[in-house]
Amino acid sequence: MSKAVASQISIQDVTYTYADGNDALKHISLDIRSNELFVLFGPARSGKSTLLRLLNRLSDLTEGAQRQGAIYIDGEDIFARGVDVHDLRRRISMVFAIPTPLPGSIRENITYGLRMAGMKETVLLEERVKQSLKQAALWDEVKDRLDSSAFALSGGQKQRLCLARSLALEPEVILLDNPTSGLDPLSTATVEESLQELKQSYTIIMVPHSTQQAARVADRAAFLLDGELVEVGASEQMFMNPKDKRTEDYITGRFG
Amino acid sequence: MIVNMEQSAPTVAPKRKPVPRHWGEWVIENLIQLAGVSTLIIIGLIFAFLLREGLPAFFEISPATLLGVRWYPIEEMYGLLPLLAGSFIVTIGAVVIALPLGLTTAIYLGEVAPRWQRELLKPLIEMLAGIPSIVLGFLGWVVLAPLIQKAGAPTGLTAFTGSLILAYMSLPTIISISEDALYAVPKEYRDGALAIGATKWQTIWRVVVPAARSGIVIAIMLGIGRAIGETMAVMMVTGNAANIPALGIGMFFQPVRTMTATIAAEMGEVAKGSLHYSTLFAIGIVLFLITFSINSIAGRLVGSQGSRRSGGQL
Repeated sequence: MSKAVASQISIQDVTYTYADGNDALKHISLDIRSNELFVLFGPARSGKSTLLRLLNRLSDLTEGAQRQGAIYIDGEDIFARGVDVHDLRRRISMVFAIPTPLPGSIRENITYGLRMAGMKETVLLEERVKQSLKQAALWDEVKDRLDSSAFALSGGQKQRLCLARSLALEPEVILLDNPTSGLDPLSTATVEESLQELKQSYTIIMVPHSTQQAARVADRAAFLLDGELVEVGASEQMFMNPKDKRTEDYITGRFG
Repeated sequence: MIVNMEQSAPTVAPKRKPVPRHWGEWVIENLIQLAGVSTLIIIGLIFAFLLREGLPAFFEISPATLLGVRWYPIEEMYGLLPLLAGSFIVTIGAVVIALPLGLTTAIYLGEVAPRWQRELLKPLIEMLAGIPSIVLGFLGWVVLAPLIQKAGAPTGLTAFTGSLILAYMSLPTIISISEDALYAVPKEYRDGALAIGATKWQTIWRVVVPAARSGIVIAIMLGIGRAIGETMAVMMVTGNAANIPALGIGMFFQPVRTMTATIAAEMGEVAKGSLHYSTLFAIGIVLFLITFSINSIAGRLVGSQGSRRSGGQL
């Protein structure tokens, strides 16, 4: 596929404070290796989504929030002056909990981002449409109706379309914010399967739908609680034999 | 428990009397129903009256005359085309001016402006709607018309002058309804576009505005509805010459006469029951049909909007 070695990310002592003074993240330091499927899990409002949104700087849009610390992607400071944030978001792509197809056809949904990035040749665009839909395991279902409205797809198909839309940009990192919420078990399985394929080419950071899902898909995982990083580790160790009492309590269902 | 209920039920049932609250409820329900029905009846009566007074014109005047290009009631020439053309030209002009202005203002207010500006501007714009139309007509007459004449038109009282005034009048409608439509676009659309590297402007133009399209179309329709029915301001500034200008950009800079202005100007002078009188009502019927169809198209768009929007949610 496109790249053998994907990006690695280094989060260094990041604290993020909302306008109301609440700390969403407290001194988070975390290294994410290339080509791994890294899972951020924890109860609601623990800061998982906030951390994801920082990585592609969607957090810029939150009025009045303050950030301290630094995030490096392949050694490059993403908050440095002169970083083109739109280019950054093409490299660090994101898929959301609620599938958000854009108004238009299936094909347009995928070519849209590419056109904005300056790609014009129809042949190349077509190629990317096909390739990305295949990667997202959607091609076989939609290849005969690429020009019909994206809204006509089922929930699971829409979500895979959003994934394809991100993949078409050939990003370095894929951020997934609870991508299987609202999907039926079958679609969830399809998406999870494609993730295992995708990490061959990309670094994937995911907020899972449940602890069970985290255990199923993760290479490594981090447990967040109230904006604090409680524990990081390989999947088997985290979910079978956690070091921290709070992680154990959460995994075994004592709270959350 | 169950046994208790079964025992008590038969003893209570025969003794039950009308609860005092019940008849109060009945009165209120019927009053509300009466109010609702009376609105319908009044609308029906207005329409019946309009038909009774106006229909004779359609029977007594030959279709060839009605579709003629001359409106000289004194010489029994009742051609409606110049009036239709007048209304049409003024309205088109108003839309062409108001649409880009209204839409960009709505986008600025809804998507770009910081909160304090929005909170200052929105009530101000809504206040525009409260300016009496006669005041705007007066402004058009005193300020705009001389300016337009100075700019080279043969007279300042032209279709364009009317369009400007009407555009100004329909702006509050267009702005506030389009802004509501933009506001209703789910935040996820914006996130989705931004997350694949769209700039703010690209997001607005390629995603948010298309998503709000049906609401924006409704805003335009209602703006047109307002423009086409407006009378006084238009009558003051359009020159009121009932002729059909030659097609082209020049037609905006000639005096025209609209349907509404014709009714307002001539109703006071006609003999009740005369052919002229009935023709003025016939114009009223035509206007009614036009605004009715515009409103029902807008209404249909509102209806289909809900299902189209929810398509984006899940």
